[in-house]
Amino acid sequence: MQKAAASTLQTITANRLSDGIVVFLGAHDRWVERITEARVFEGAEAIAAATAVGEAANRARLILGPYAIDVTTGPRGPVPVRFREKIRAFGPTARTDVVAPAFGESVAA
Amino acid sequence: MYRYDEFDAAFVRQRTEQFTDQVARRLSGELSEEEFRPLRLMNGVYLQLHAYMLRVAIPYGTLSSRQMRMLARIAREFDKGYGHFTTRQNIQYNWPALRDIPEVLRLLADVEMHAIQTSGNCIRNTTADHFAGAAADEIADPRPIAEVIRQWSSIHPEFSFLPRKFKIAVSGAATDRAAIRFHDIGLQLVRGPDGGKGYEVWVGGGQGRTPMIAKLIRPFIEETELLAYLEAVLRVYNRYGRRDNKYKARIKILVHETGEADIRADIEEEYARLKGGSLTVPAEEIRRIEAYFTLPAMPPRPEASETLDTARASDPALALFCAQNLHPHRVPGYTSMTISLKPIGGIPGDATAEQMDAVADLAEAFGFDELRVSHEQNLILPHVALDDVPDVFARLVSMGLATANAGLVTDIIACPGLDYCALANARSIPIAQSISERFGDAQRQRDIGPLSVKISGCINACGHHHVGHIGILGVDRKGEEFYQITLGGAPGADAAIGSIIGHGFLADQVPDAIETIVDTYLAVRRDPAEPFLLALRRVGEAPFKEALYGTR
Repeated sequence: MQKAAASTLQTITANRLSDGIVVFLGAHDRWVERITEARVFEGAEAIAAATAVGEAANRARLILGPYAIDVTTGPRGPVPVRFREKIRAFGPTARTDVVAPAFGESVAA
Repeated sequence: MYRYDEFDAAFVRQRTEQFTDQVARRLSGELSEEEFRPLRLMNGVYLQLHAYMLRVAIPYGTLSSRQMRMLARIAREFDKGYGHFTTRQNIQYNWPALRDIPEVLRLLADVEMHAIQTSGNCIRNTTADHFAGAAADEIADPRPIAEVIRQWSSIHPEFSFLPRKFKIAVSGAATDRAAIRFHDIGLQLVRGPDGGKGYEVWVGGGQGRTPMIAKLIRPFIEETELLAYLEAVLRVYNRYGRRDNKYKARIKILVHETGEADIRADIEEEYARLKGGSLTVPAEEIRRIEAYFTLPAMPPRPEASETLDTARASDPALALFCAQNLHPHRVPGYTSMTISLKPIGGIPGDATAEQMDAVADLAEAFGFDELRVSHEQNLILPHVALDDVPDVFARLVSMGLATANAGLVTDIIACPGLDYCALANARSIPIAQSISERFGDAQRQRDIGPLSVKISGCINACGHHHVGHIGILGVDRKGEEFYQITLGGAPGADAAIGSIIGHGFLADQVPDAIETIVDTYLAVRRDPAEPFLLALRRVGEAPFKEALYGTR
């Protein structure tokens, strides 16, 4: 994973091993499905520590493929900067009938 | 339809058990993702943007109502109630849990289906004309040889670790509806001088980052010798195909870099070693497999149906549907019907579990229990009596599956794009939806005539945009979705790769751009009988560029 600049805000994301669902590192090193509950890390040290937690969870076969994403803080919590990561966090924009947008957040903004 | 014999059934069961064990070891931690990944790919399990994705093989796009009902059940019980039919005649599920996939595979095995070799560097699903066995212009049904190829290519020990994926397509008709010139190997069924069946062998076609039209490597190989010849091609590829660069590893690159004459010489040399040996398929064996594909017993009917003609006269919607979605059948009084999975404003190729069940019911009641998936992401009832068309149409209307747009501008092919795919740079589905909505009027579409729009969300070209009359390629331009437009692609015997016409467009500009292109066509066409592609070839790109970009 890239080293982040000191002012960058990041979240750690992965896929849950058993069902592939997108998860984020949340409180108490638990993995949560909602990005609104994800912990935000700032600064190289915090991000490195979070990355290590991700790698441990990968080895522990809870999740796979952990990586850090840039986020900004929105009114309901972290929002990914990159569009691709927004879709990954909030679901396919084309199927809001089946996959509900997460908690009122809409990707198409 | 081909039924598994004891060997097939045993093999699929064993493979399912093996994968069940592999999944268990992955979930328990005995296998790392690195170790597991090649194993899951051999069983059609991907990891995509949101979840795992399971790609189930539908050999040469043919399935029974029983099989379609199982696909519906899987969508309902193990996924989010829908599935996606693909440009290789397969089905994809976007939300299966890894822990459930062994059970899904067991259910599929119960109906003689599987997900083997739908991913990975091996020989993939062999596709065929979706009207195979029914089409009036057919020389012979290509599905028996597609079945022979399927058996030969399944877990072929020598070809399980190719430089890259390998795709084969077969056409059995004078008109190529299988896009054989854009496959690694494309086969065109022809009659030999003595009337026996043989094949033209086209090698080195493909789309993706470097689209190429295949070369006719061998103008005729007898049917009994086809496997030996295919083996020769695969051996040359396996030996000389590049393994240093994933983006230069397809056979099309090998053909391009080696040169047509030299690659032909290599293949013929290898074939000379194999000819007449254990790969010769005895004629009796071909007859045995052909017996699985004989036409269902269709009671003779008058060529024209009074029932249908009367119904059409009083129902304009039915009349439009018949004009657009029926294809001439070799048996008088019958037709092949396209069930469009491109509802206006909808997601191309998606079907709900309820729709799948309903289509299965229709196949059973009216279709001699046979269904097809086309590489254009639609479903086909290959055998329907003309007399039954009004009833079938009424049922399709009630399910939202009666869109009369086969081959028209809203019959769009679109890859899943950035909404689903980890490889994508841009979304393709919303582009398809916006174009579909813009051109939704049924009569307007009819007036425009045959026009294929194909959309890919990245340069891997899974939406086949290179062979769209209008192709749209989504790219990432500094973090923003941006769309390049190509014109003039064609997948059939008049094969052509579309060319970019100029500067790209933002998502909300795309429908206007397409409309400008369509309006230009309407202005330049000789008459309504001159379709878009022919008009484009006649007048060239200049009028379209002028209309879109103005004089420079």
